Amino acid sequence: MQIYLPIAEISLDVFLLLGLGGAIGFLSGMFGVGGGFLLTPLLIFIGVPPAIAVATQANQVVASSVSGVLAHWSRGNVDFKMGLVLLIGGFVGSTIGVLIFSLLRTLGQIDLVIGLAYVLFLGGIGFLMLGESLRALLRQRRRAGTPRKLHQHTWVHGLPMKMRFRKSRLYISALVPLGVGFVVGLIAAIMGVGGAFLMVPAMIYLLGMPTAVVIGTSLFQIIFVTANVTFLQAVQNQTVDVVLSVMLIVGGVIGAQIGSRTAVRLPAEQLRVLLALMVIIVCGRLAYELAAPPLDVYSIVTVGGVN
Amino acid sequence: MRRAGAAAGLAGLGLVVVGAVGAAQGPPLVADLSDHLIAISAGFTGTRVVMFGATDGVGDVVMMVRGPASEVIVRRKERIAGIWVNRAEMAFAAVPSYYAVAASRNIDDFADPAVRVRQEIGLDSLKLVPAVEAVEQVAETFRAALIRNKQRRGLYGTEVGKISFLGQNLFRTEIDFPANVPTGSYLVEVLLIRDGEVVGAQTTPLIISKIGLGAELFDFAHAYSAVYGVVAILGALLAGWIAHLLFRRK
Repeated sequence: MQIYLPIAEISLDVFLLLGLGGAIGFLSGMFGVGGGFLLTPLLIFIGVPPAIAVATQANQVVASSVSGVLAHWSRGNVDFKMGLVLLIGGFVGSTIGVLIFSLLRTLGQIDLVIGLAYVLFLGGIGFLMLGESLRALLRQRRRAGTPRKLHQHTWVHGLPMKMRFRKSRLYISALVPLGVGFVVGLIAAIMGVGGAFLMVPAMIYLLGMPTAVVIGTSLFQIIFVTANVTFLQAVQNQTVDVVLSVMLIVGGVIGAQIGSRTAVRLPAEQLRVLLALMVIIVCGRLAYELAAPPLDVYSIVTVGGVN
Repeated sequence: MRRAGAAAGLAGLGLVVVGAVGAAQGPPLVADLSDHLIAISAGFTGTRVVMFGATDGVGDVVMMVRGPASEVIVRRKERIAGIWVNRAEMAFAAVPSYYAVAASRNIDDFADPAVRVRQEIGLDSLKLVPAVEAVEQVAETFRAALIRNKQRRGLYGTEVGKISFLGQNLFRTEIDFPANVPTGSYLVEVLLIRDGEVVGAQTTPLIISKIGLGAELFDFAHAYSAVYGVVAILGALLAGWIAHLLFRRK
């Protein structure tokens, strides 16, 4: 059954879209990742123009982050003060990101930059995850592990404008979360993802936040950053396809429920290896598309058109 | 003249015959379309429009169909450090979004190059001019690439269509529009050429527009983009909240 996506101006199969949203929701429910970094390239594979995939995906992340943050909030795992500081950085970053997006689009380089960003980040995350999971599997076999330092003092802690974040039990310079928010917002706007895959490690390793509040706080600020991206993309580029976004949200919600329930019953580390391999495969496919000789080295774009 | 299909076209042909015979001192050429409005709805897979008409005597008929014009940028990829990157680009002003030609016989046999260029008959004579002046050979390569890309999308005809004559005066042909046909106002130009001179011409408009919910959403997203963005966000917030409620219940 085909459904017409009015902004993308193409017809796609309803069940393919629901299934795609569902599969990504399943992964996000199972692993706690947003899944945006996998969904956007998959949308591009099935024929959605990259610019539309990126902008629509941002809107879908708003929905998945809201349901996530509400669950964490009820457990008291959201540091709102930290979230707000990250958000200020994130707003500036994502606004500049959307402007860069528009600029790249007029220069004809947006597809290339999206492709490169994905290859770089998917490759990096895929191999890191694979390495970490394989090490964890080995550790399980040997039943031995090296204890880690909990909190390290680095140059980060010498910066001015110190602020106290009670929930995170931190007293650090506000410049650090501002900077982290800015960089993540910038990348998120260009790649159409929430940026949790960058935000979460930055919060743990750069800011030194306790793991318990990391996910909730990251989700909290992602809602606003992706809402900002959705709005700016809609105004600047008219690339948000609400029909596509509804399909993805519905599929994603159902998938996430099944995913989070399945996760309890399955060996986590083995699954993580599978996820890592999937990320690497998607990355490889994107890298191939950048490197393979195109059908025609000449391409055309109608000024004011979508494709 | 709001009927569709080949049968309706032939019926219309009969009307034209009566008209052409009845008015002895009428115009040398009359032509019309089976449809003047193509509505693209959700399940649109392309359509066919019949062009038919009559002449007042011998001569050759040629038809050009042109979609709304806009600026088109042609880009050339180059391989840099192993990946393909868009480098050189050339903008063409006023490129018709759609272009098709049909003729009653080989165009070269009845229209000399001067007439072809003046009337823009055929892809070789179609005026595609770079927006900024460019070296001729370079412009020619980009122009060819533009046509090639348009043909790959089915928007420029790869060959000249056939206008068939039924007897001495009546003619008809079909225009095929693919599923991805751009919307807007089209012009169907029909010329009667006798001894290398254009002796009759008729231009008929054809509107292609989207209808239905999809079209309204598209228009809304472009006309009220800020409101559209806010609605999209509110929808997502609501969906996330509902998902949370469902999740908590279970």
